[in-house]
Amino acid sequence: MSAMFKLVGKPAPRHDAWAKAKGDQLYSDDFTMPGMLYGKALRSKYPAAIIKSIDTSKAKALPGVHAVLTAKDVPMNVEISKFGQMKDVGGGFEGLYKVLADGKVRFKGEAIALVAAETEELAEEACRLIEVDYEVQPGVFDPEEALKPGAYIVSSDEGENESNLIMESHINKGDVEKAFAEADVIVENEYRVPPVDHAYLETEGGVAWVDDNGVITMRVGTQVLEHYRTIAKVMGLPQNKVRNMSVPMGGGFGGKEDITVETFLCLLANATKRPVKMVWSREESLEVHSKRHPEILRYKTAATKDGKITAQKVEIIMDGGGYKLLTGWVQMYSTVNAPGCYNIPNVKVDSYSALTNNTPSSANRGFGCCQANFASELQMDELAAKLGMSPLEIRLKNCLRNGDEICTGFIPQGHIALEEIAKKAWEGLEATGPKPDYVDGKKIGRGLAIGMMSYGRLTFMHDSSRVGLRIELDGSVTLRAGVPDLGGGQASVLCQIVAEELGIPMEKVHPYIMDTHLTPLCGTTTATRQLYMSGNAALVTVKVLKERIIKKAAEMLDAKPEEVQLINEKACLINNPLKSVPFVQVVGALSNDGVELFHEGQFNAPFTDVPNLHDMKGRIWPDFTYSAHAVEVAVDEETGKFEVRKVVLCYDVGKAINKNSCEGQLEGGCVYNQGYVTENMGWENGITKARSFAEYLIPTAVDAPEIETIMVESGGGLGPYGAKGVGEPADNSIAPAIVNAIYDAVGVRLKEMPVTPEKLLKAIQEKNK
Amino acid sequence: MTKHEIEITVNGRKRRLTVKPNDLLLNVIREDLVLTGTKYGCGIGECAACTVLMEGKPVLACMILAVAAHGKNITTIEGLADGDKLVPVQQAFIDHGAIQCGFCTPGMVLTSHALLNENPDPSEEEIRDYLRGNYCRCTGYTAIVKAVQSCAKKNQ
Ligand code: FES
Ligand code: FES
Repeated sequence: MSAMFKLVGKPAPRHDAWAKAKGDQLYSDDFTMPGMLYGKALRSKYPAAIIKSIDTSKAKALPGVHAVLTAKDVPMNVEISKFGQMKDVGGGFEGLYKVLADGKVRFKGEAIALVAAETEELAEEACRLIEVDYEVQPGVFDPEEALKPGAYIVSSDEGENESNLIMESHINKGDVEKAFAEADVIVENEYRVPPVDHAYLETEGGVAWVDDNGVITMRVGTQVLEHYRTIAKVMGLPQNKVRNMSVPMGGGFGGKEDITVETFLCLLANATKRPVKMVWSREESLEVHSKRHPEILRYKTAATKDGKITAQKVEIIMDGGGYKLLTGWVQMYSTVNAPGCYNIPNVKVDSYSALTNNTPSSANRGFGCCQANFASELQMDELAAKLGMSPLEIRLKNCLRNGDEICTGFIPQGHIALEEIAKKAWEGLEATGPKPDYVDGKKIGRGLAIGMMSYGRLTFMHDSSRVGLRIELDGSVTLRAGVPDLGGGQASVLCQIVAEELGIPMEKVHPYIMDTHLTPLCGTTTATRQLYMSGNAALVTVKVLKERIIKKAAEMLDAKPEEVQLINEKACLINNPLKSVPFVQVVGALSNDGVELFHEGQFNAPFTDVPNLHDMKGRIWPDFTYSAHAVEVAVDEETGKFEVRKVVLCYDVGKAINKNSCEGQLEGGCVYNQGYVTENMGWENGITKARSFAEYLIPTAVDAPEIETIMVESGGGLGPYGAKGVGEPADNSIAPAIVNAIYDAVGVRLKEMPVTPEKLLKAIQEKNK
Repeated sequence: MTKHEIEITVNGRKRRLTVKPNDLLLNVIREDLVLTGTKYGCGIGECAACTVLMEGKPVLACMILAVAAHGKNITTIEGLADGDKLVPVQQAFIDHGAIQCGFCTPGMVLTSHALLNENPDPSEEEIRDYLRGNYCRCTGYTAIVKAVQSCAKKNQ
């Protein structure tokens, strides 16, 4: 079958690679317009305070200032964000979205007022002239404290102002207490994982203006084009009067999934009737945009003496920060993934999320999954150590296999390759040679972790995607898709699929993407869903046109449609390729016949009902991608510093449609969450200490390890040609593999990230005492 | 504020500009010359998204005052290729899938180009070390390092 592919499976350069290599690609910050003003947000000095009054008169009086807006200037300052889904989910999932702070300030850096002025300096000065009278509040910064009776209440908004609890959810399968009573061995631990910044190189920004027909138009890179609906609502406008002609992002990783500058820009452009630009500084970006959820995870695992896990009991407390945003959804991921990728008969999970006065938590590549994976994979290693089993053995003994059910009772339809990939990763690392004890005076250790993560959105959100195609009379194709491209090749792969099906070169398919007025909506570039959803939508769409072309070609070739194929820009007989007619001629003939040469098709994911949060059962996602990371680290026992030397990673990607893109995701995800182990926001009582890249250290080319990528192509995914999604699963199991390798090297297992040299050194010293 | 007249050669073209004493080279390149391929990533010398070549050496445009560039020869990413004729390392980045979001790419490509000029046969370690100041959040660096390696003389 695969031998038949011309383009699919090849390492195809993406359509935008040339522009990016030459510096011609435009991003959100690269647009200037005549008469353009600069926007700035005045941000809260305190993480918790009551705003008693705001005086903007001095700022307004400053020459060159065109608008100063506060909450009372926003037509609907508080809205329930739908986060781009088509369906109203309810059940506590939709988060409150507030444009500008009023009542209580809920985190430090929350926007209180907006300014538009003729220069950036003037806008900054105007912000300084705004007088805010704060009544500082004690605040609450620990999610467990926030959930106690009598805790400081973070919100002053209706529906949220009685308690800080955002959501609780539970899974109950079998009887854990009975299993603990009968267990040969029990492992019990508490884990803590920190907030993470996305640290995309491009900060949040864009421009907006009111066009000649009164449409508020913006050019803002976002992972969710469908936010135009929330923006319209907030502005009191019909949805067709707000348009985002979006641009490719300089990285997203979930950080551009919530609204960033869009509403601010639209409000300012509307108020001034002039184009307005706003770009956040790095400091602003680090302080105010949402982070990965910090979590406390308490595990109790029971097993038999031959290593079969009989029960997993987990309690999770999540820090949602100042606003709910996507916490409820992230919580689904943490909760259902808490037991790990194992077949366990008795499971109990109880999860709680709380508002605090920290920076809000929301989407970050891995979306609740990598928190649970970290904890469950450390738990596995400790169990293995206790039983004298190898890290591979314990995993092979317990990992999910085809036909097994996960903790909600759902049996995944896609292929489960955990056994194969765990072996391949571990054996791949062993094949690099026997583990040395020391290299350059540093202690060497090896570790393994495996994982699973869904691709495609939660099935109760009733997800769909659309793609439009038009065949031009010269045989080229215009593809229209509202597919936000954050750098993963989201648009390019659609062209590859269409070109494959039509038997034309990829360059002949031109993508026009991300324009809410002109492109069919593809849904969000989140949840590792674009290849699965929009890839299938492209396939559904192109097949309709392909059928028309083949039917006409068959007529022209005097054959039956099933005898005709499209290849090398020709329609030819499968059995006699010499009998052919050029693709462009068939297109001309169809046009002449008055047959439509365009089509817009839709693909729907499986739909389910919202689960009962007190006892979650059934299908929560379409399918899963499985990961394995085997890692070698070197630890300096004198300083507590460590380096990641080698990684062998193995994934079942289903089908690698674009080999380069697929590999790139896996390598990129690996290093992204290598950073999970060490990156440090330095939160203290709602204050972010890491306010620059000098303090928030992400991995460099020197820190990044040598990576060997093994891709298994089972064809067992639900995406086009059996592909699975890899964008987020790509960062799933690397962090625990690193921490497990550190244990292998020096015999201490740090259960709290970030793993700083100080912490590691202290643990080593304590152990050696 | 007093203004200064400066003359810089950018991508082979002499440009005369009037700048403020505190104007950064980055802003002059992006705003006055509208060469937006040079990127803002941090503004304080920590990410190298703003890299340009000054007299052939990579420098951070956010850390240099425009007045200090007076009389200098500057190459931005837009000036590296000769029309559609890319320099080898640009082509290698495309072929190796070393470009994802592309935001680090201008700085990465210019820095790699400078490295290969200085040292036509860099080892993997030398490549990683030379690029250590250039952040990339997307690729994990593997494809970038491979792209640069493919341009080393020994691999031609
Ligand atoms: S923008 Fe110059 S180093 Fe980051
Ligand atoms: S490709 Fe996105 S930062 Fe390097």
